[in-house]
Amino acid sequence: MSTTATTIEHAAPPHAGPRTFIRRLADGDAVAHIVTLIFAATILLITSLLVYELWINSHLSRAKFGFGFFVTRVWDPVFDNFGAAPFIYGTLVTAVVSLVIAIPLGLAAAIFLAELAPRRLSDGIAFLIDLLAAVPSVIYGLLGIFIVVPLMRTAIGPALKSTLGFLPIFKGPNYGVGFLTAGIVLSIMIVPFIISVSREVLLTVPREQREAALAMGATRWEATWQVVVPWARTGIMGSIFLALARALGETMAVTMVIGNDPKIVTSLFAPGYTIAAVIANEFTEATGDLYLSALIELGLVLFLMTFILNGLARLLMIATERGGGRHA
Amino acid sequence: MASTAHGNSAAAARLAPEMKHPDNSAIVHESNGKLRFEISHLNFFYGPKQAVFDLNLNIPKNRVTALIGPSGCGKSTFLRTLNRMNETIRNTRVEGEILLDGQDILQMDVVGLRRRVGMVFQRPNPFPKSIYENVAYGLRINGYKGRLHDLVEHSLRRAALWDEVKDYLHKSAFALSGGQQQRLCIARALAVDPEVLLLDEPCSALDPVTTAKIEELMFHLKDSCTLAIVTHNMQQAARASDFTAFMLDGKLIEHSETSKLFTTPKDPRTEAYITGRFG
Repeated sequence: MSTTATTIEHAAPPHAGPRTFIRRLADGDAVAHIVTLIFAATILLITSLLVYELWINSHLSRAKFGFGFFVTRVWDPVFDNFGAAPFIYGTLVTAVVSLVIAIPLGLAAAIFLAELAPRRLSDGIAFLIDLLAAVPSVIYGLLGIFIVVPLMRTAIGPALKSTLGFLPIFKGPNYGVGFLTAGIVLSIMIVPFIISVSREVLLTVPREQREAALAMGATRWEATWQVVVPWARTGIMGSIFLALARALGETMAVTMVIGNDPKIVTSLFAPGYTIAAVIANEFTEATGDLYLSALIELGLVLFLMTFILNGLARLLMIATERGGGRHA
Repeated sequence: MASTAHGNSAAAARLAPEMKHPDNSAIVHESNGKLRFEISHLNFFYGPKQAVFDLNLNIPKNRVTALIGPSGCGKSTFLRTLNRMNETIRNTRVEGEILLDGQDILQMDVVGLRRRVGMVFQRPNPFPKSIYENVAYGLRINGYKGRLHDLVEHSLRRAALWDEVKDYLHKSAFALSGGQQQRLCIARALAVDPEVLLLDEPCSALDPVTTAKIEELMFHLKDSCTLAIVTHNMQQAARASDFTAFMLDGKLIEHSETSKLFTTPKDPRTEAYITGRFG
């Protein structure tokens, strides 16, 4: 047995001898493996550190309020009474409003750019859109204060009241700042993500799919809406989740236009508050350990919300993926 | 030539430019003079580049016409002018006359034309829907209100796929094998009952057994349909077609009954190609 092995070793070219650790390092494969592994592990490490820090530092608040923190509607630093409900509500409402506006807008623009516009125009606009996505959020906040808030007071608010005023969400006084204004500003911020990613995805739909529909007498729109868009569905949803994540976490632009009032009100005209906004505004002024601890727990709640919503999004994606093969 | 079975002076006039292709008289005769497509002086351009040059060709009714030629000779481009599919490519231009049952297709409503002239592509391209919905798609977009299920079954039977899929109609089309997917695409095209079925290298991605199935299918389909198939497989053209047209560098070199073209080619270039000496 050993003789055979020796013969083979002798027969083999010299550089193919037993591969030492150093040799494998020099080949590059092992180095690449280790380095990429370290970077990948860093992501896990950062996430767990984040959760750990938030968990430890919110200890006081968690001990005092327990699960009641999620449903308590009071935020009273003077009497050390803290609840997250108005902030969770504000965060969700502004995110939903922004998605309701941004999804149709972004999808329509993406379809135009990918399917209908001349290629050169499409590429030019796509470049501008990518620029928009990179504008600092404080700039969008200024845009909100100087343009959206006055518009809300003089045009959008009155128009909504006169047409859809019977809906509870459009009742009550209109100050110009509030959930709806924040939602609009957020929608302006997230629409570039939806357009940019959806356009890219639509452009990757195989030409054969479009042709298959057209060859059967589908109109261009039928081919686009019934074949191309469903094919790109997963990617389009991905763009929406990316947008949602930004809407949930956006701080600066929202706090500039939402009114910063921790209340749960049905009317979208009313001022509100979001988790990210309250943390940014009050962290530096948080006197007392419980106050600070409550703010940190809010951070934990936001993290949890993002986590849950992303999880739900994943599930939705898998569900529609399966449904894709069934009766339309 | 004009006196063959036509007796129609207008048709004869249209045929006149094709005198230089003596084989056309045989084609008209063989098919009892019934032509589905009459193509004359067809030129096609991708931007400044011309891909089809002054092509004259008739496609007889209820027959299989094969288009052969080396890669890039313009045979697919030509096929795709017949349902104006090339219009989906930007910056293309077509010149000449293409008559479908005597009507110029370039003047027709393109949606109506494609409903009459179905197409099957090189790679199977089912929609990401169920098998049933794939076949029903064409019926739905054409506003068909009748018994959808019967027509879906009928189309799947015509495509010789029914027995294999009847228990899985609501499974995803992607669960099928490549050959089954291609037959599904044929069923999908047949659902709207087209007069012509264009097949653009339908078997190039399939194994020989599946290819044989599709060839057999073509044989049965020609009772109810006119078929035009692009193939770079000469054995396939020889086996499955009634007429064969050989193209080279965007020009039609020779067009005749398949048996004649493969046994006694008139043009030395045709002979060179079918004997494998170039291409």
